[in-house]
Amino acid sequence: MNAPEWLDIGWVDQIPVRGSRTVQVADGDDIAVFRTAEGKVFALLDRCPHKHGRLSQGIVHGGAVACPLHNWRISLTTGEALGDDKGCTPTVPVKIDGGRVLICRASVLKAAA
Amino acid sequence: MEHSPLSPDADTREHLVVIGNGMAGCRAVEELLARDASRYRVTIFGAEPRVNYNRIMLSPVLAGDKSFDDIVINDADWYAANGIALVAGDPVVAIDRATKTVTTRGGVTEAYDRLLIATGSDPFIIPVPGKDLPGVISFRDMDDVDTMLAAAEKGGSAVVIGGGLLGLEAAHGLSLRGMSVTVLHLMPTLMERQLDEAAGWLLKQALEARGQTILTGADTEAIVGDGGVEGVRLKDGTLIPADLVVMAVGIRPSVALARDAGLAVGRGIQVDDHMVTSDPNILAVGECVEHDGQVYGLVAPLWDMCRSLADGLVEKPNGYRGSVTSTKLKVSGIDVFSAGDFSGGDDCEDIVLRDAARGIYKRVVLKDDRIVGAVLYGDTADGSWYFDLLKKQEDVAGLRDVLIFGQAFASGGGQADPKAAVAALSDDAEICGCNGVTKGQVVSCIAKGAHSLDAVRGTCKASASCGSCTGLVENLLALTLGDDVQSGPKTLCKCTSFGHDDVRREIVAQNMRSIPEVMQKLHWSTPDGCSSCRPALNYYLLCALPGEYVDDQQSRFVNERLHANIQKDGTYSVVPRMWGGLTNPTELRAIADVVEKYDAPMVKVTGGQRLDIFGIKKEDLPAVWADLGAAGMVSGHAYGKALRTVKTCVGSEWCRFGTQDSTGLGVKIERMSWGSWMPHKFKIAVSGCPRNCAEATIKDFGVVCVDSGYELHVGGNGGIHVRATDLLCKVATEQEALDYCAAFIQLYREEARYLERTAPWIERVGLDYVKARLLDDPVGREALRARFLYSQSFSQDDPWAQRAEGAAAEHHAPMARFTPQKEPA
Repeated sequence: MNAPEWLDIGWVDQIPVRGSRTVQVADGDDIAVFRTAEGKVFALLDRCPHKHGRLSQGIVHGGAVACPLHNWRISLTTGEALGDDKGCTPTVPVKIDGGRVLICRASVLKAAA
Repeated sequence: MEHSPLSPDADTREHLVVIGNGMAGCRAVEELLARDASRYRVTIFGAEPRVNYNRIMLSPVLAGDKSFDDIVINDADWYAANGIALVAGDPVVAIDRATKTVTTRGGVTEAYDRLLIATGSDPFIIPVPGKDLPGVISFRDMDDVDTMLAAAEKGGSAVVIGGGLLGLEAAHGLSLRGMSVTVLHLMPTLMERQLDEAAGWLLKQALEARGQTILTGADTEAIVGDGGVEGVRLKDGTLIPADLVVMAVGIRPSVALARDAGLAVGRGIQVDDHMVTSDPNILAVGECVEHDGQVYGLVAPLWDMCRSLADGLVEKPNGYRGSVTSTKLKVSGIDVFSAGDFSGGDDCEDIVLRDAARGIYKRVVLKDDRIVGAVLYGDTADGSWYFDLLKKQEDVAGLRDVLIFGQAFASGGGQADPKAAVAALSDDAEICGCNGVTKGQVVSCIAKGAHSLDAVRGTCKASASCGSCTGLVENLLALTLGDDVQSGPKTLCKCTSFGHDDVRREIVAQNMRSIPEVMQKLHWSTPDGCSSCRPALNYYLLCALPGEYVDDQQSRFVNERLHANIQKDGTYSVVPRMWGGLTNPTELRAIADVVEKYDAPMVKVTGGQRLDIFGIKKEDLPAVWADLGAAGMVSGHAYGKALRTVKTCVGSEWCRFGTQDSTGLGVKIERMSWGSWMPHKFKIAVSGCPRNCAEATIKDFGVVCVDSGYELHVGGNGGIHVRATDLLCKVATEQEALDYCAAFIQLYREEARYLERTAPWIERVGLDYVKARLLDDPVGREALRARFLYSQSFSQDDPWAQRAEGAAAEHHAPMARFTPQKEPA
C-alpha cells in the first residue's frame, strides 16, 4: 500500500468563504469541502442524511450548513443533523499544510464505498 | 397687560400653563387629556428648542443604538392635534403669582388659571477650579449629546466624573464612539446607591474588560487647561489627560423659579398628594418636587405622580403615595438590576446566589419575611418579579427556599417557562419601565386589537423605548392571543430580536451597507447569521441600494446562486425566458439542440408558458447557457425570488373575443420587469378579455382587458391557499397599465417582508393601504415607478451570459477529481 495517506485537493483560497467546493470521486458520492467565516475548513460526504441533498450547495453559517433541499442543518464538525432532526453524514478529516487542503484518503474511500 | 398671541379670545376654557416640555410636563398633559380632553386650554413652555423626547434614552443615542427621531415621544403633530401651544427654546424666567402670569426670557408674558411646574432637575456641577472651561459638560439633554458626539469625532480621551448610572452610560457611549475613557468615582464601588459591593465590583470588572479605566476613591481637585480642557487632577496629585470632561455626579431639583416666586421649597418644590404646591393654583410634578420628604431622580415615580396630578385636576381624588424605585443600567451586554433597600441591617436577612463562571450574582434582602431589596447582576430576568413582590409587600416565607432561583422555579415548574412567569405577574406589575406601562395596560391594549409588537408599541408605548421588555411584551401577546404564532410578532429569525420591518427600517435609517454591518449594529446573536436571515438581509440591502450594493453570493439560496433549479437528484433544470409566452423556430431549435447535446432526460411545458429542460449537471450549466444565449435567450429566473413569467392569451390579434393586444402588453410588461429581485416570486398575466384565459386573477399582478381599457388586479395566488386577486383599479391606456404595474411592484419590493407573497402581504396591510399609495397619491405612485425603473437599470443583465463567459466558475466546476486505485485484496 504505497498510496499516500492524505489527498492534496488544492489551495484553501479556492474555496469561497462561507461557501464550498466539491471533490468528484469516480463511482462514488462527491466530497463537499467547506470554508467557514472563521477560515476553518471541513469536509463531509456531499449527501444530506435526509433526502441526499447536495450539502455543498447549501448556505454555510457558523459551523453548520443548511441543506438546499429541505433546510436541515448539518454540523460541519460532526456531520450530525442539528436541532430536532436526526441523522448523520460521514465526515472526512481535513488538514491544512502551507495553504494546501489535504483530505484523508481512507475516509474518502470509505465514504465512497 | 399685553395680550399674547397664544391666547385666542374666543377660547373661554381655563388656561393651564406648563413650564417644562420634558417627560414629566408632557406626561402630565397626556394623563390629563386621557381623562378630559377638552377641560383645559394648554400652553407648554420648554427651554430646549425641540419637541418632547425621552430623556432616559439619551444614552442609547450616544451609544449609536438610536437616533433622535427614535426617542421623540410626542412629535409636532401631537401638539397640533391636541390644540396645545408649544413655546420651545424660550424658557420661563419668572412667575408672578399676584397677576397669575409667567414671563419668558424673550419677554413673552402669558396669563394662567392653573400653572404646572415641571422644570425637572439640574446637573450638579462640583465646585472645583476649571469647572467652567470649554469642554466641561454635563449629560442632561440633547445638546450635551451633540457636544459629546462632536468631541468623539476627533477621538482622544474623555474623563467622566461620576460612576453612577448616568456617568457609566455616558462612559459606555463615549467608549463605543472610539474615545479612550476614564471614569472617576469618589466612592469605593460603582453605583453604590443602587448596587452592593459585590455587584459593583462585578460591574467594574466588566467595564474594564471593555477597555475603560475605572478609578474608584478618586477625588477631583481641579480641571486643568489653558482656554480649554486639557486634563483632570486628583487630590492625590494624579493628572489624567482629557479632551472632554463629563460631569455626572448627580442632579438637584430645579427649584429656582419656584423659590423666587415664594413657593414653599425644601429639597424640592413641596407638594401634597395631588402635586399641589403651597399656592393652590400652582402644581408641580417630576424631579423638581419633594413629596412627603422624598425627591426622586428616576422615571418611574414620575408616571405615578402624573396620574395623581391628572386625577386631581379633574377632581377625582386619587392621591400620590410615594414610589418604590428600581433601576436598570442601559449598557448593552451588561445586565444590572436593583430595587428597594439593600443596605441590610440587624433585622434583615440576605439570600445570595453566585455563579462565578457565568458572572451571575443575585441578592435578595428580606425583612419580616418580606422583600425589601434586590440586586441582580448578570441575569436580571426575574427583576420585575422581585420588584412586584417588594411593592406588594407580599409574605414570601413559603417561597423562601426557592426564592433566589427565580419565579419559574419558585412557582413549581423547575423549568424556566417565560410565559408562565409573565402569566403569574399581577395586573399592576410594571412591564415597561421606560414608559411606565403595567401588565394590565398592555393586555387591555392587546385585547383592543393591538395584535403585534409594533401595534403594542404604537398604542401603549410598552417596549417602544429601550426595548429591554420586548420579550415580556411578546409573551403577553402570546398569552393573550393564544399560541398562534402568526398573530404575534415575528422576529426575522432566531439570530435577532428584531422583526423584518424593524430591520428594514434601520437599514435605511442608519444607511447600512453590508450584511456584517447590519448584524453588528442590530446585535445579531450569531457570528454570521443563518440560512433564514442572510438571504433576507441580502435582499433588503439590494432593494435599498440599487446599483451600489454588491450581492453576496454566499447568502443566496443555491437556485439563485446557480441560476437554475436544483432537483432532488442534485441535477438542475433550466428555463429560458419566453417573452409573453411567445417563441420562434430559432429558440425552439436551440432548446432541442441543448436537450440532445447534454442528454437532458425530460422537457416539460410549464404553467407559465415556457419550456423547462430537466436533468442538467451543475458543471454543464455554463455551456448550456452559452448555447441558449447564442439563440438570443436569457434566464427565465424560474428559480428566483424574482419576476417569473408574464402569461398571456392571444388577445385581439387572433382571438374573436379579444378586446386589446394582450400578448403585446404582456411582452412589454415582461421587458420592463424581468431581472428584478423581489421579496418572493412574482407572477404576472394579461388576459385579452374577461374570459380570462391567461388566468390573470390568480397572479400577483393581473391585467384583464376590456373594451374600454384595462382592469388591474393584484394579490392573487394559485398555490396552497388559492386566492383570487383584488381589483385595484381600471385604466384607459396601455402606458397607464405599465406605470401602475411598475409602481405596484416597487411598493411590494420596498414594503413586503422577505418570503411574503403579494397575497399575504395585501391581507396584512389591507387593499385600502395599497390603493391609498397607488391611487390616491399620484406623486407617490410616480416616485415608486421611477425608483423601480432606476433599480431595473442595474438589474437587467442576463446572469446566464455572465456565467457562460466564465464568471463565478468556482460555483460550477469541482475543485478536484479523484479516481481510487483498486486496493489489493
